[in-house]
Amino acid sequence: MIELSNIRKAFNQGQSNEYWALHGIDLAIEAGKVTAFRGPSGSGKTTLLTIVGCLSRPTSGRVRFKGEDISALPERFLTDIRRQSFGFVFQQFNLIKGLSALENVILPAFPTGRPRAKLVAAATELFERLQLAHRLQARVEWLSGGEQQRVAIARALINDPEVIIADEPTANLDTALSKEFMAILERFTEAGKTVLLTSHDPLVVESSAVHRVVGMRDGRLTGE
Amino acid sequence: MSPWLEKQRHLIDFTLASLARRKTRNLGLLLVYTLLVFVLASLTLFSNALRTEAQYVLAGSPEVILQRMVAGRHDLIPPGYLDKIGRIRGVQKKEGRLWGYYYDPVLNANYTFMARPASEVADGMIMVGEALARERGLAKNNTISFRSYSGKLFTFEVAAVLSPDAELLSADLVLLAEGDFRRFFEYPEGHYTDIALSVANPQEVRNVAAKLTAALPDSRPILREEVQRTYQSIFDWREGIMLTVLAGAILAFAILAWEKAAGLSAEEKREIGILKAIGWETGDVIRMKVWEGLLISLTAFLLGFLTAYVHVFHFGAAIFEPVLKGWSVLYPKFALVPAIDGLQVATLFFFTVFPYTAAVLVPIWRAAITDPDAVMR
Repeated sequence: MIELSNIRKAFNQGQSNEYWALHGIDLAIEAGKVTAFRGPSGSGKTTLLTIVGCLSRPTSGRVRFKGEDISALPERFLTDIRRQSFGFVFQQFNLIKGLSALENVILPAFPTGRPRAKLVAAATELFERLQLAHRLQARVEWLSGGEQQRVAIARALINDPEVIIADEPTANLDTALSKEFMAILERFTEAGKTVLLTSHDPLVVESSAVHRVVGMRDGRLTGE
Repeated sequence: MSPWLEKQRHLIDFTLASLARRKTRNLGLLLVYTLLVFVLASLTLFSNALRTEAQYVLAGSPEVILQRMVAGRHDLIPPGYLDKIGRIRGVQKKEGRLWGYYYDPVLNANYTFMARPASEVADGMIMVGEALARERGLAKNNTISFRSYSGKLFTFEVAAVLSPDAELLSADLVLLAEGDFRRFFEYPEGHYTDIALSVANPQEVRNVAAKLTAALPDSRPILREEVQRTYQSIFDWREGIMLTVLAGAILAFAILAWEKAAGLSAEEKREIGILKAIGWETGDVIRMKVWEGLLISLTAFLLGFLTAYVHVFHFGAAIFEPVLKGWSVLYPKFALVPAIDGLQVATLFFFTVFPYTAAVLVPIWRAAITDPDAVMR
């Protein structure tokens, strides 16, 4: 579903503080499976996820999504693909404070121009599935860490994407909540979604919900 | 509803929610901005209303006034001048006028005394302007005495107080009979202060003035349009003075509004990053901020303009009145007729709404073009 060939990524290219985060990554990611990237901080996991999720472009190399080369697309098209095909769950959740859980969840769908009533109905259904219906109107800063993560998951799902990208999803959760997240992950695969995540939490990478673990260090793959 | 309209609705919803989240900042900004529009709008509305009022009142005055000059100074019209003018084509009516100034030590104010035909004011009677009547506590049938410049005391009975509608021009006016006028000022018989001429066709006025100058070389014709222009200049000048005095405050407010609008907090930058990461285009973020800028500046413009309207037309522009109306002991009291100049409103709109929207846009554009992957780092 996603093919990466010879992906290289540099930051501050051509400047004295130039830094290469990825050095020629070749990888094929299967649809409908959970793939975890494991590695220490600075190994390039998050950078790789941003490239796969169309949040940034590689300095060189090709990214193919469903057979189409998306590495050189202009920002507008990249944004379209990102909005329709990828859902993100960030490490810090990145919810917008001062807004209700519901408002946060329907935000990614605003540019699509879908009627508000339909968005609210879809969001309510997601809240019910994530057992968070009672917190629909609560402002996100009043929610617990686990609840905030479920709001972030609902937000990632509102546009019904094929791929879910989660960056260190359990970094801010205790064991019980981490297990709960893994259970949600299994439901994703049951629904046919592809999941890419980064983690160095053994609870995640050793879980049966994860189909494949890819090791990374210093911007290179270290094997599976 | 089409997806495009629905999208704009979502953007406005989000903008309103964003504005509500930063209540203190946005209310402060709205207040400063409204105040700025209020000051500018009050000035333009009041000056424009005064100009219109002056034009309206002067519309009833004679087209040409003829004054005799001696050594470059205004002098009395001697007997026979009215006949010398003869018949000039286009002049409907010519009339010798008698008027002068009287200083009243009771109020330390100057009054304008003007003679009217016996059919209007009988001997021993006067008609007084509303402001004068107010200050001297006069009403119909009261009597009042004035000591003439020669030291004699004259007593008059008030026949009527002039209509407050014309108070802008009649505040300090005293109308009396021609005989009383001549006796009071010891005005020589057959002499007049000036001559008023009515000309029916406005295009003939300049020709009539040229013929008058030719017939009476020692006199000067004053045209109504020139008086109107002088009034315009006076109000323009007063408005200019007011603007100059307020320039510092206006600039300070403008800088404050610009600062508030242009400053983008770390929190706002972070939010823009999140919005881009979850699928908003740069254009969506900019559109959302345009709505924000428009909502604040339009609200401020409407609030400021409406408050200025109420201030000027219902409270007589209490704040700027002394400077804009002029200085006098006898202030006329009059309600301004609402007069709005579309061009002035458009100019005010342009110079208040557009700079604000631009001030909002520049930093947002810079923030919105940054890569969305920043939120992952």
